[in-house]
Amino acid sequence: MKDKLDVKRLREDFPILHQTLQHGRPLVYLDNAATTQKPRAVINALVRYYERDNANIHRGVHELSQRSTAAFEDARTKVQGFLGAAHPSEIVFTRGTTEAINLVAQSFGRANVDSGDEVLISAMEHHSNIVPWQMLCEEKGARLRVVPIDDRGDLVLDELSRLLGPRTKLLAIAHVSNALGTVNPVREIIELAHERGVAVLVDGAQAVAHTRVDVRDLGCDFYCFSGHKLYGPTGIGALYGRSELLEAMAPWQGGGDMIASVTFEKTTYNVLPHKFEAGTPHIAGAIGLGVAIEYVQSVGLDAIAAYESELLAYATRALAGVPRVRLIGTARQKASVLSFVMQGVHPHDVGTILDLEGIAIRTGHHCAQPVMDRFDVPATARASLAFYNTRDEIDALVAGLGRVAEVFA
Amino acid sequence: MSDIRELYQSVILDHNKRPRNFRKVDGANRRAEGYNPLCGDKVAVQLRIEDGVVRDVGFEGSGCAISTASASMMTESVKGRSLADAEQLFQRFHDLLTGETHAEPSVDEQAALGKLTVFSGVREYPARVKCATLVWHALHSALEGRADPVSTE
Repeated sequence: MKDKLDVKRLREDFPILHQTLQHGRPLVYLDNAATTQKPRAVINALVRYYERDNANIHRGVHELSQRSTAAFEDARTKVQGFLGAAHPSEIVFTRGTTEAINLVAQSFGRANVDSGDEVLISAMEHHSNIVPWQMLCEEKGARLRVVPIDDRGDLVLDELSRLLGPRTKLLAIAHVSNALGTVNPVREIIELAHERGVAVLVDGAQAVAHTRVDVRDLGCDFYCFSGHKLYGPTGIGALYGRSELLEAMAPWQGGGDMIASVTFEKTTYNVLPHKFEAGTPHIAGAIGLGVAIEYVQSVGLDAIAAYESELLAYATRALAGVPRVRLIGTARQKASVLSFVMQGVHPHDVGTILDLEGIAIRTGHHCAQPVMDRFDVPATARASLAFYNTRDEIDALVAGLGRVAEVFA
Repeated sequence: MSDIRELYQSVILDHNKRPRNFRKVDGANRRAEGYNPLCGDKVAVQLRIEDGVVRDVGFEGSGCAISTASASMMTESVKGRSLADAEQLFQRFHDLLTGETHAEPSVDEQAALGKLTVFSGVREYPARVKCATLVWHALHSALEGRADPVSTE
């Protein structure tokens, strides 16, 4: 089981996959980089929580509150184990990757980045790993610098090394690019940064569903991801931060649960990780995320990675054989993502025609406009894979592209 | 295929392939730009208006087939019309795609919409309605003499 995936059986775990769309076609879901579908175990966990355990956490003396608190904290431990963090208190629940990055920018960034300092990002970042740093740099009079990428979509490591200067305070980089599928050599990058004393945040939104992550092995200072791209619910994600860093950081939102005591004169903040979790969190979401992690672990991340890598190679070969199609992003190491353009057809038209064929892909700039500019395209069509996708679905995509070519002869 | 052909009618495909009035306008005295931040479609409309009549109109930009064809057919439809007529046509086209109705179109207006009704199929695709209306919003803005680029958002 852990060696080879029984995809046909695993697909049965995802109720949404088995439907016929309004144009009479079976669903072929290839938009997993946008969000993944949820296995029945996750859906059931949400229902069970609301039917049996729902109560606020960390407050009540009553049984439901105790159950709810235990389940919430148990989910945190699952995230800790999943990321290989040293302690559950290094895991902060957030709404998702975006909020996690904003938390680090607003707390760590504001305290450590001054006028004239530099924050380093890469040219393949999602807007959520650009804009929070721009906001910080604008506020502080700091400078945002960008590591370029080459024509394949690989990071130019020499440039990264050159740009890590004496004023660099933080490097924020994607583990896997959402628009290109590039897998960055984060371990090597982190080593380079640490040699210069630069802290590193890794945006793992597109990585955690496809590859095993161990934050201590990587050596990163911050790592973040979203639950919904990992077969979990939307509205929940996590930030991993090294204890020393989180301890030193100021809270970024004030409210309930993040305090130890409050008087009008002085408030004492709660311990980690609660210091960063103001207000009632998405309790059901965290529990659902914990179940999603267990589900992924039961399938086996190594088996997932192996299967997806084989499927990606199959899809890459198949798309290479489609006339007028050109892949955008051909990095040496890739995961899950096939971004492409079709000569003479705008990606939106590709997307609409595929939709009529029952095939769900993403079209547009993928919240990575600088990547589109780099490759001089207004947008791309993007098919992105999960372990429940099959060769038959890739064949359906290729056939769909044939239809596009017919319409736009 | 029938659904596809209903949306991508041959008239639309033809205008996408050979857009009419895809050019700058000599002596243009009204301009507006439209931008759809969702997909990055950009369109710029130029008009030369004399004696309250659209004497010439052209567009430039890049976009999908729906938006390119819509821009091309818009230029053909409004050329030679009075400002009031052109504005009314904008309203009718907008209604056609959004399903809102302001008033019963007159016979003239129906005739004017005539070939533009090939876009009625777009109504079934909410994600694409803005592709078709973007250039018309730019036209509307140019007719009003506004300078700010219009955005679909």
